[in-house]
Amino acid sequence: MTPAQGGGAADGAALAIRGLRKEYVRGKPVLRNINLAFAPQGLSAVIGPSGTGKSTLVRCINRLVEPTAGEVLFLGRDLARLSGRDLRQARRRIGMVFQEFNLVERLSVMENVLSGRLGYLAPWKAWLRRFPPEDVARAFETLEAVGLGGFANQRADSLSGGQRQRVGIARALMQGPQLLLADEPTSSLDPRTSVEIMELLRSMGEARSIPVIVNMHDVELARRFANRIIGMSDGLVVYDGNSSGLSDDVLKSIYGGEDWLA
Amino acid sequence: MAAKTGLREAPFPPNWAARFGWIVLAAYVLYAASTMEFTWARFVSGLDNGARFLDKMFPPDFARWELLRKGLLESLEMAALASFLGILLSLPIGLAAARNLMPAWASWPARALIALCRSFHPVIVAILFVKAVGFGPLAGILALTVASVGFIGKLFAEAIEEISLKQVEAVRATGAPFMSLIHFGVMPQVLSRFIGFATYQLDSNLRNSTMVGIVGAGGIGGTLFAAFQRFDYDFVAAILISIIALIMIGEVLAVRVRKVFSSDTRESGEED
Amino acid sequence: MADAIAAGIDARTWRRFTPAQRIGRFAVYFAIVAAIVASVRSVEVIPEFLHDAPEQMKDLFARMWPVDFAHYPKGVHEALVETLHIATIGTVLAIVMALPIGVLAANNLVPYAPVNYLAKLVLVASRSVNSLVWALLFVAVFGPGALAGTLAIAFRSIGFVGKLFGEALEESNRGTIEALEAVGAPWTSIFAKGYWPQVKPAFWSIALFRWDINVRESSVLGLVGAGGVGVALNTALDYLQWPRVAMVLVAIFTVVIIAEVAVITLRKRII
Repeated sequence: MTPAQGGGAADGAALAIRGLRKEYVRGKPVLRNINLAFAPQGLSAVIGPSGTGKSTLVRCINRLVEPTAGEVLFLGRDLARLSGRDLRQARRRIGMVFQEFNLVERLSVMENVLSGRLGYLAPWKAWLRRFPPEDVARAFETLEAVGLGGFANQRADSLSGGQRQRVGIARALMQGPQLLLADEPTSSLDPRTSVEIMELLRSMGEARSIPVIVNMHDVELARRFANRIIGMSDGLVVYDGNSSGLSDDVLKSIYGGEDWLA
Repeated sequence: MAAKTGLREAPFPPNWAARFGWIVLAAYVLYAASTMEFTWARFVSGLDNGARFLDKMFPPDFARWELLRKGLLESLEMAALASFLGILLSLPIGLAAARNLMPAWASWPARALIALCRSFHPVIVAILFVKAVGFGPLAGILALTVASVGFIGKLFAEAIEEISLKQVEAVRATGAPFMSLIHFGVMPQVLSRFIGFATYQLDSNLRNSTMVGIVGAGGIGGTLFAAFQRFDYDFVAAILISIIALIMIGEVLAVRVRKVFSSDTRESGEED
Repeated sequence: MADAIAAGIDARTWRRFTPAQRIGRFAVYFAIVAAIVASVRSVEVIPEFLHDAPEQMKDLFARMWPVDFAHYPKGVHEALVETLHIATIGTVLAIVMALPIGVLAANNLVPYAPVNYLAKLVLVASRSVNSLVWALLFVAVFGPGALAGTLAIAFRSIGFVGKLFGEALEESNRGTIEALEAVGAPWTSIFAKGYWPQVKPAFWSIALFRWDINVRESSVLGLVGAGGVGVALNTALDYLQWPRVAMVLVAIFTVVIIAEVAVITLRKRII
């Protein structure tokens, strides 16, 4: 697969966020002033209490949520300024995995996986399901890579949670992305499946040499799979480093309270 | 009421509001009936009339079956064309009217158009079209198309407003253009309901196409009306029986069509 | 390169539908296209009339303006009230007649197939004949006037109410019924306390829905002499008094809107 291209932001970063701010309600910012740069490889985990803006941060990157202010520099362009066709073309390069999988329930696994290519296909062809043969071949391969070979014709709503998330990952990978985002990908899964999914995210990111940004609430899982941990609290980044620096004090500053620390 | 056993209220308290409502309704019915001169005498003489009427209707007279066939065929064609046009038009109009997907400048005019189409009885719309395009099936087709857009458009828009936007969001995140978003994110969720509405409207158009002829808009309605005016009640009976048979066949076909389109993929994990 | 791809995907082509499904879908598409083409060819459309249509419509609306509001008190009001009476009494009558038939058609209450079948046949026949046609029939039997109109509305609505009510009964929860049967309750109690509470919301929804439709239907019955505001419409049309026609249409439109609002409010309170 294609190695990540440099031309993102300054100093070799694939993705740079500058001065990002988001207010859903005027005067009550959910994201205050976020400045982050992401290297072209590696899995970064964003942790923090609920409501602190983790999900908003991740969704501001591909503009599923509109930032109030700030820049999101990716592949040589500021995503926060794009619209229309340019935005869609930028989104093609960013794959996203969701907490509730967000598959189209009534369609088959194959159709869900192929929908990752919709950004590259003319609408009338999409309607007639006329995907190029290379795409179909790649879809089969990707399904096997995520461990779902043979599931192509099953309806999406007949799958278990872990299987659905794998389809979600396959869909994201089909886009040939330069960045992989995951919004609480394991929050709806049992502990063992969560580990499998995180492992899949990490290995896929490594195999394709693209950065992976995961928003999650399970600190242990973050420690285990992430090279870099970003702790957020109250709309600001309060910790940015690797898992060894994640002491109890740091965790307290992120999450507040003492009783939950073992 | 408050027995010393500790029961503070009767276990099944009478619902006075509901009882009052029923009494009001009954009083209204009696009052209204009296203003319309529903006397027993009229009813009895009517029944007598009715018996003679039924006598004249049976046996039904199919002798003029050529005329019957022509009228039925015209009604069928009117229903087919009106349904086709109506379904075609209500797809974009209904989509535009969905407030969860479309901006206000698109949804408000679309909703207004749909409301307008629904406001008038198809017969009234047929009268207007007869004045505009003359007697004959064209007026009927146009009138039924308007009725179809009103019905399917409203229900389609409501169905779209009930979909899970999460599925749409995921497709949007892949950078898909708008129409692909509709095809992959929206339509799979509403298609089976849409087909239900469409087949229901086809059935409804078939029924209405037998009626708009009474005001000159084509179809078997004209034949029926003429027969009534000539007191050809046995022919009337024949026409009515044919209409009922036609509609029953239509209902059966509608069920079949729905089955063909109900499962869109090879294997389902669950029943639809 | 192309060969390699072709060879690679030979074993792995993806088809959206099974062959059987494709045949079925194709058959339906073909039938639809054939029907449309045949219809277009045989329906008589005089092109000049079609071309003329916008002119005619403009002319029509010009003649209707200004709307003759003064005509309302004498010419329209009473008829409008009569229309409402026809719609309401007709609906009530229909419900009274449809309830037993709906019960007979529900196979979980009356598990005798021939009875179910006959009841369903009655319901289908009732639905297949338009209220306007029923009105023609009843005018011939009972003479012109509101009686014919009311019976027309009632007989047409039996099919609608009966079918939906029967379906609601068929979908009710067996468990509740079984519990009552196990206790040894008589049939009337089973109906009153077992089925009725479950179908009550559906019943009211159906009743209100049908009343709403019937207000619309009642307004045109007068065109064939069955009473209501349709008579005023017919008279105005016969005399080509377009401003009065417009008045009647406005009156009908208003009443329909009021009825819809009433239904929405009642729905919220009862269901």
